[in-house]
Amino acid sequence: MSFLLIAEQVLNGLQFGVMLFLMAAGLTLIFGVMGLINLAHGSLYMVGAFAAAAVAGATGSFLLALIAALAAAALAGAIVEMVVIRRLYAAPHLDQVLATFALILIFSEGTRFVFGSFPLFLDIPDALSGPVTLPGGIEYPLYRLSLIGAGLAVAAGLWFLTARTRIGIQIRAGENDREMIAALGVDISKLYTLVFALGAGLAGLAGALVGAIQSVQVGMGEPVLILAFVVIVIGGIGSIKGAFIGALLVGLTDTLGGVFLPELFKLFMAPDTATQTGSALASMAIYILMSLVLIWRPSGLFGVRL
Amino acid sequence: MIAERPLAVLVLTALLAVPLWALAVDEPFTITLATRAAILALAAVGLNIALGMGGLVSLGHAVFFGIGGYAMGILAYHAQTYTPLEIFGLSIEGTKSMPVIWLVATLVSALAAWGIGLLSLRTSGVYFIMITLAFGQMFYYFAISWSAYGGEDGLSIYVRNGFPGVNTLVPIQFFALCFALLCAALFLNARLQAAPFGLALNAARQVPARVETVGLNPVRLKLVAFVVSGAITGLAGALFADLNRFVSPTMFSWQLSGELIVLIVIGGVGRLMGPVIGACLFVTLEHWLGGITEFWHVFLGVILLLIVLFARGGLVGLLTGKEGPHV
Amino acid sequence: MKKLLLATASAALMASAAMAEVKVGMITTLSGGGAGLGIDVRDGFMLAIEQSGRDDIEVVIEDDQRKPDIAVQLADKMIQSEKVDVLTGIIWSNLAMAVVPASVAQGKFYLSPNAGPSALAGKGCHENYFNVAWQNDNLHEAAGAYANTAGYKNSFILAPNYPAGKDALTGYKRFFGGDLAGEVYTKLGQTDYAAEIAQIRASGADSVFFFLPGGMGISFLKQYADSGVDLPVVGPAFSFDQGILQAVGDAALGVVNTSQWNKDIDNPTNAAFVESFSAKYGRLPSLYASQGFDTANLLISAVDKADVSDADAFRAALEAAEFDSTRGAFKFGPNHHPVQTIYAREVIKEGEVYTNKILGPALEDHADAYAGACKM
Repeated sequence: MSFLLIAEQVLNGLQFGVMLFLMAAGLTLIFGVMGLINLAHGSLYMVGAFAAAAVAGATGSFLLALIAALAAAALAGAIVEMVVIRRLYAAPHLDQVLATFALILIFSEGTRFVFGSFPLFLDIPDALSGPVTLPGGIEYPLYRLSLIGAGLAVAAGLWFLTARTRIGIQIRAGENDREMIAALGVDISKLYTLVFALGAGLAGLAGALVGAIQSVQVGMGEPVLILAFVVIVIGGIGSIKGAFIGALLVGLTDTLGGVFLPELFKLFMAPDTATQTGSALASMAIYILMSLVLIWRPSGLFGVRL
Repeated sequence: MIAERPLAVLVLTALLAVPLWALAVDEPFTITLATRAAILALAAVGLNIALGMGGLVSLGHAVFFGIGGYAMGILAYHAQTYTPLEIFGLSIEGTKSMPVIWLVATLVSALAAWGIGLLSLRTSGVYFIMITLAFGQMFYYFAISWSAYGGEDGLSIYVRNGFPGVNTLVPIQFFALCFALLCAALFLNARLQAAPFGLALNAARQVPARVETVGLNPVRLKLVAFVVSGAITGLAGALFADLNRFVSPTMFSWQLSGELIVLIVIGGVGRLMGPVIGACLFVTLEHWLGGITEFWHVFLGVILLLIVLFARGGLVGLLTGKEGPHV
Repeated sequence: MKKLLLATASAALMASAAMAEVKVGMITTLSGGGAGLGIDVRDGFMLAIEQSGRDDIEVVIEDDQRKPDIAVQLADKMIQSEKVDVLTGIIWSNLAMAVVPASVAQGKFYLSPNAGPSALAGKGCHENYFNVAWQNDNLHEAAGAYANTAGYKNSFILAPNYPAGKDALTGYKRFFGGDLAGEVYTKLGQTDYAAEIAQIRASGADSVFFFLPGGMGISFLKQYADSGVDLPVVGPAFSFDQGILQAVGDAALGVVNTSQWNKDIDNPTNAAFVESFSAKYGRLPSLYASQGFDTANLLISAVDKADVSDADAFRAALEAAEFDSTRGAFKFGPNHHPVQTIYAREVIKEGEVYTNKILGPALEDHADAYAGACKM
C-alpha cells in the first residue's frame, strides 16, 4: 500500500470527521446548555437535506438551497423547542429520550407524507465538482475539500460565538448556573430557543452539505445521529472542543479501520475470510473505541460534568 | 382511582381473558397477538428491574433479547440439521427442548449482562445510556456479518420447539407457557422490590452516598440488578424467537432497545404492572393503527408525546393517581 | 398521495366483494426507508388485478415495515385469521426467509415478486414456492457475463457485508473470466464511499462491479462521479431502477446495468403495461412494478385454469405459466425459478427523465446455479 493511498485515506477520515462535527456540535451545544438529550437531531438533519433538495430543484441554486436548509431546520427546531422541548428541561433523561424518539417517528413519516417514498435529487454545484490535484499528486474531489473548509469555518465560528460575543457569554453562563443568569435579567427561555434553533440549523446545514454527495431519503438522519452521539460521548458531553476531537477520532477510526483491518487480517488468514472478518470488525470499531474511552475516562475525553 | 394490587389482578385477568375469548370465537391470530404482548411484557419486566429499581437507563437491552433469541436459534438449528455445535473443542448436540433452551438463554444473557454491566457501570447518567447503546451496536453489526448463522438473513426454525406435556404448536398452549413465565417474573419482581436487596437498590438509585455509609457497595447492587434484568430479557428473547420461529439481527437493533423503554414509560416506570400495560397497549396500537393508515407511526409518535408530556408516571400513574419513582 | 389512496381504496373495495374464490395475502414494505420498492410491487400487482376486471380474486395488503418479526406476524394473521390461499409481496430476502418456509409448509402457495434467496432455490426449494422475479444471483451473474463481452480483464468488486452482498460477489465471480483487482465488503447502510473509491483508484483495475441497493447506491454513484476516477462501472439493476435514478441524476448516465426487464422490451404486453402504469400512477414503472404486474398475471392465469382448493391442479397451472409477461416469453425451471434472458442496459436521459435503454442480452435463457440441488 503506497504512502499516497494512506495519505488520501487519512484525508478521507478527516473529511468524514469534520462532517460528523457539524452534526455533533449542535447536539453537544444543546446538551451543554439545556441538559437535553435530543434524539430528534437526526430528523433536523433530514429536514435540512429535504429543504435543500426542494429549493435546489425549484431554483437551481446551491447557495439558496444551503440557506433554505439552514432556515428550515432552524425554524423546525425553534417550533419544536417552543411546543415540546421546553416542557422537558426539568424532566428526567428518560422522558427526554422518549419524547424525542416520538419526534423522530413524527418527522420521518411526516416527511414521507409530504415528499413521497422515493429519494430526492440534490447535486454538487458545478463550480465545486470534479477532482483537483493536491501537492504530492493526490487527486481529491474539490467538493470534499470544500466540506473540510466549511466544517473548519463552522468550528471557528462556534468558538468565536461562545468565547467572544455577548450571547456566547450568556450561553456559557447558562451552562453553569441558569437561576443566576435569569436573575441577572437574561430572558432564559428566549436564549434556550435561540440555542436550540442554532443547533438545529447546524444539523440542517450538515444535512444539505452531505445530501449533495449522498442520498436524500427518509431515515437518513438516524445512522448519523448514532455516530454523532458516539462523537460527543467520546469527546465529553457539552464540550465543543471534545466534539471536534471526538469527531476526528471517529472519522479516522471508521475510515482507516475499514481500509486497513481487512489488510491486517490478510497477513495471517485466507483472503476471503480476512476480508469478511476485517470488515465485520471494522463496522464495530468505533463502538469498541467508544467503550474503551468510557472505561478509561467515564465522562469522555473533555467532559467534566455528571 | 384504583390501588396497585387490584390493578395487577385486573390487568393479568384481562390478558388471560382475551386469548380465551379468541379461542372461543376461533380467532387464532388474536391469541398470537396476546402472546406477542406477553413476551414483550416479559422483556420489559426484565428491563424495568434495571430501569425502575436501579435507575439504569439501558439503551442496549436488545443485546440480551438478541442473545436469548440466538441461543434458541443456534441450539434449534443444530438440532434441526443434526450437526453438532463445535465450541471450545467440545461437541454439543443441538436441542429442541424449551426448558434447556430457556436455561441456556438465561445463563448466557446473565453472563453477558455481567460483563457489559461491569464495564458500563463505571459511567453514569447519559454516558451510561450511550455506552449500553454502543454495546448494542457492536452485537448488531457482529450478528449481521456472522455468516455461520445466516448473517442479516437470520435463521429460520421450521417447527416450534417442544415442552414436555404441551403441544406448543397450538397457539393457546404456547400462550399459556409465555403467560406463566410472565407471572413468574412479575412475582420475582414483586419479591425483589420488598426484599432488603430491593430497598437497598432503591436507596442506591436515589442517594448512592448514603448507601455507602451503611457499608453497601451501590455499584455492586446495581450490577446484580443489571444481571437479573438481562437474564429475564434474554429469556423473553428465546420465547420471542420461538413465537416467530425465526431469529435475525434486528433483535439486536437499537430501535428494539428503544421500543422496550417505550413500553415501560407508557405503562409506568418502576411500577410492577407498567411493562405489562405498556406492552398490551403497544401491541394493540401497532395492530389497530397499522390497519388504518400506512403513516401510523405519526400517530404513535403523537400518542407517545402526549403520554410523556401529560401523563407522568405512565398509565399506571394515571390510574392509581400516584407519580412513579424518579429515574 | 392521492394515487396511493386510490390503490388502497381499490384493495379495500375488493376486500368487500363477496364470494371471492381466491384470497391473496400481500405482505410488503409500505413505510420507512425501503417503502418505494414495496409500493411499486403493490401498484404493479393491483394494476394487473384491476385490468383483469375479475371479482373472484380478493387481495389483502399489509405493511411489514421491513421488519422480519412483523412479517412473520402478518403471515400468521393472514393464514390464521384471513384464511388466504396465496401469499406474495415480500421485497427483502431476510424477510422472505422468515416467512416463506413456514407458509409453504402449511400448504399455502407463495409467489415471490422480488426476493430470491439461494436457500429457497436449492436445497430449501418447495413445490408451493414460485419465484416470478429472479434468483438473487442472476443479475450479478449477468453483470459478470457482460464484463467478459465488454473485454474487462481486471475488476474491482464491492458489496455490503451481509448475505445478499456475498451472494452478489459470488454471482459476479461465477461468470467473470478476468482477474480481481480488489474485493471489498462495505458496511450495511454505509453512506460515505471515499475510502473505497480511493482504493479503486489505487488498485489498477480496468472496471468496477458494485452491488449497493437503494440509498447506498445513490451515495456511491454520486461520489464516484465526482471523484475523477473514470473506470467503467457495471452493476445490477437495483441501483438503477426508475424510482432512484432521478435521485442519482447525471452521475448515472451511461452506466451499464443488468436487468431481466426494461420498459423498451418490445412486446405488446409490455407496451400496454408501461402506458397504463404511467397513466394510472403518474410515474414510469420500475422493474419492481413489472415484477408485481407479472406476479398478478401469473396468478390470474392459474385461477383461470384450476381451482385453488385443488392444490395439485393449481400448482400445475402455475408451473405452466401461460400468461403474457412484460418480459415476453416466460417459463419456470425445475425449481420454480424463471429461466429467462437478462439484458445489459444503459442509463440515458429522455427529455428531463433519467431511464434505461436496452443494449442487448447479457445472458440468454439463463437458469440459476442452485436448481440442481433442488429435490422437489
